[in-house]
Amino acid sequence: MASETPLLDELEKGPWPSIVKEIKKTGYTGLLKLYELNYEDKMTHWTHGGMVGVPGYDAGVIGRVSDRRDILADAHTIRFIQPAGWFYSTKKLRKLVELWNKYGSGLMNFHGATGDLQVVGIPTENIEPFFDEAAKEHWDIGGSAGDFRTASNCIGPARCEMACIDTNDIYHTLMTDEEILNDMHRPRFPYKFKVKISGCPTDCVAGVPRADFVIMGTWRDDIKIDQEEVRNYAKSGKVDVEYIVKNCPTNAMSWDGNELKINNDECVRCMYCLQKMPKALSPGDDRGATILVGGRARGRYGAFLAWTLIPFMKLEPPYTELKELMYKLLDWWDENGRAKERIGETIYRIGAGKFLHEVGLDPLPTMVKAPRNNPFWFYFPGEVQVDEE
Amino acid sequence: MALSFDELDFGPPDYKEMLPPVVQRNYGKWKYHEELEPGVYKHVSESGEEAYTVRAGQPKFIASETVLKLCDLADKYANGYLRFTSRHSVEFILDNKDNVEPLKKELAELGFPVGGTGRTVRSIVACTGWVHCHTPATDSPGLQKVLMDELYDYFVSEKLPTRLTIAVSGCLNMCGAVHCSDIAILGVHRRPPTVIDEVVSKACEIPSMIAACPTYAIKPKMIKKEDGTTIRSISIDGEKCMYCGICYGLCPGTPLADPKNDGVSIWVGGKISNTRGGPAFSRLAVPFIPNNPPRWPEVVETVKKIIDAWASDAKPDERMGEWIERIGWTEFFERTGLEFTHKHIDDYIFNIRDMNAGARVKGKEMKKFS
Repeated sequence: MASETPLLDELEKGPWPSIVKEIKKTGYTGLLKLYELNYEDKMTHWTHGGMVGVPGYDAGVIGRVSDRRDILADAHTIRFIQPAGWFYSTKKLRKLVELWNKYGSGLMNFHGATGDLQVVGIPTENIEPFFDEAAKEHWDIGGSAGDFRTASNCIGPARCEMACIDTNDIYHTLMTDEEILNDMHRPRFPYKFKVKISGCPTDCVAGVPRADFVIMGTWRDDIKIDQEEVRNYAKSGKVDVEYIVKNCPTNAMSWDGNELKINNDECVRCMYCLQKMPKALSPGDDRGATILVGGRARGRYGAFLAWTLIPFMKLEPPYTELKELMYKLLDWWDENGRAKERIGETIYRIGAGKFLHEVGLDPLPTMVKAPRNNPFWFYFPGEVQVDEE
Repeated sequence: MALSFDELDFGPPDYKEMLPPVVQRNYGKWKYHEELEPGVYKHVSESGEEAYTVRAGQPKFIASETVLKLCDLADKYANGYLRFTSRHSVEFILDNKDNVEPLKKELAELGFPVGGTGRTVRSIVACTGWVHCHTPATDSPGLQKVLMDELYDYFVSEKLPTRLTIAVSGCLNMCGAVHCSDIAILGVHRRPPTVIDEVVSKACEIPSMIAACPTYAIKPKMIKKEDGTTIRSISIDGEKCMYCGICYGLCPGTPLADPKNDGVSIWVGGKISNTRGGPAFSRLAVPFIPNNPPRWPEVVETVKKIIDAWASDAKPDERMGEWIERIGWTEFFERTGLEFTHKHIDDYIFNIRDMNAGARVKGKEMKKFS
């Protein structure tokens, strides 16, 4: 018998694990047929899914229906807030799989771009009973639409010697905060607000390109050097110390074949030398975070990279100061942002100077590559003398 | 039976219950790590204890059956715990070195390749594409598959100057992080949306659509029907629309999918981490390649060509963007054989930032372009 999915079958070939094999394993034939049709027609047959969800939450369930209801009607997505660092016990995961097999398609995504554990393909009538049972297993629904999105964090101190902050603890503290969960489950913002937490400036969770608010671990004192280990690296032949020194972006290093010196006042914490020689170099002991604001992918003004708002901030549980700062920015954006405008764009449209003035942060040269090159600026009330009538 | 209000808003499961024992014992005490081979790390704690991580690539979506198989492996070799990386890979953290080889063997039997560390191509990040989304112009999970098939050897063995990150996004929403990757494949629509008046009038907030359009191409319109009643809809100025699809995100009445004109663009030289020159955007390399499913041979070939040009010339640790910065864009287009077109010069609002101010042109460029 001829295959019903001749095009998709081509994606079962080759050494990389096949998405098509995975879909076939679920026995989710409706989705398989629709996917094949998308390949045949070279376009998607998925359309908007309308408003679906669970009582009490206005976000986190993404409606999805097809324009070929004869093949597959409703097949919605549910986002679950992932555990910090994307760690799972098999016990926890097996139970979720059991529930997902009972109510949904069996197709899963580890993980969505924002960080959530996504399960894909559930009919409308199953959403509520599925969540009732999943909630008993402590799986809460994540964000979507104009809300506080599910944050994400790198592995941090769980398995990385470069972690300058406890990314898992910060993530978990934020994601279990009552006010944040309220703002995640009941959208009220102009658009999405994404938070990413990286343990060091290597930024393994891609905070700078993607997050509105980035918490990035760093240190204020000196890089710790184990000279013996530097020499061992040099001797091993696996690491070219001279080459690393030459590639330091601020020329802050020197190496005489015996001793490595770092000018820590000039070092920009780029992580290059630490990554190359993790056994010899480690971040200093005076640790905290750089706070960045305003990253996003596409948008009205193109893509934005998040920029340094606060060069260094100490972070201690329960991170009250951090949350206060975040909500100061959120409230300003909620007040000033237009529909579908991320905070970086609102700052861009209104002006970073006005933004800083209104949220009460001091301007710093670390915020810019260079000062402005034009004389077109505004004055705050009270800055210039006005004759009284 | 809906949950009562005070049963809601409880947040994620506690990560402390999800950590492998070796991690629990050494949390925050890691001293250094070594890469033993592609896909296998050794981390050493201050206490002297060692953890072995085995990393394997996986497809964008996996079946629950496969999740259970991964759980079986975690139970057998990693004390019942596993984790995932920010690039869709699965990781097992072991406290026993002797478990590394048997785990690798079982992963291979399962068809999950171990690799993606050090000087390798990383697992490709992809959005949901045609599997499950209403906006894509191409299929990201399919492209992830065909590209990783071709680049498989670069994933399981260290043959590149440094890491190579690739991302695929089906449309300009860029859910696949394409704007800061060494190589990015971005699905593009090339025609304005079709306006379905009946749907727009019933299901869409017209003022929001007008406000959201970045090029002010949307205007309200009234339509008088034969029965004398009027409905509200919109018109789209085809001269102003640049096919971003933000209106379709807001309104099901403005679909963009067009099999004749949809396809992919290719971008190069982006980077996320702060190392050396810091984060950078990906830049346009190829404005358009038609969709050619199921295996997109033209896209695969072009990506391969770009990687070959970079890998054969880049210095150690030199990322795609750093290499291009060193050799120059003229040289990039020459070595890859790709065409530099009108589309490569920004004609959106940022144009002036990317122009070559001053008259600094290399000698070889003078000869080439005169």
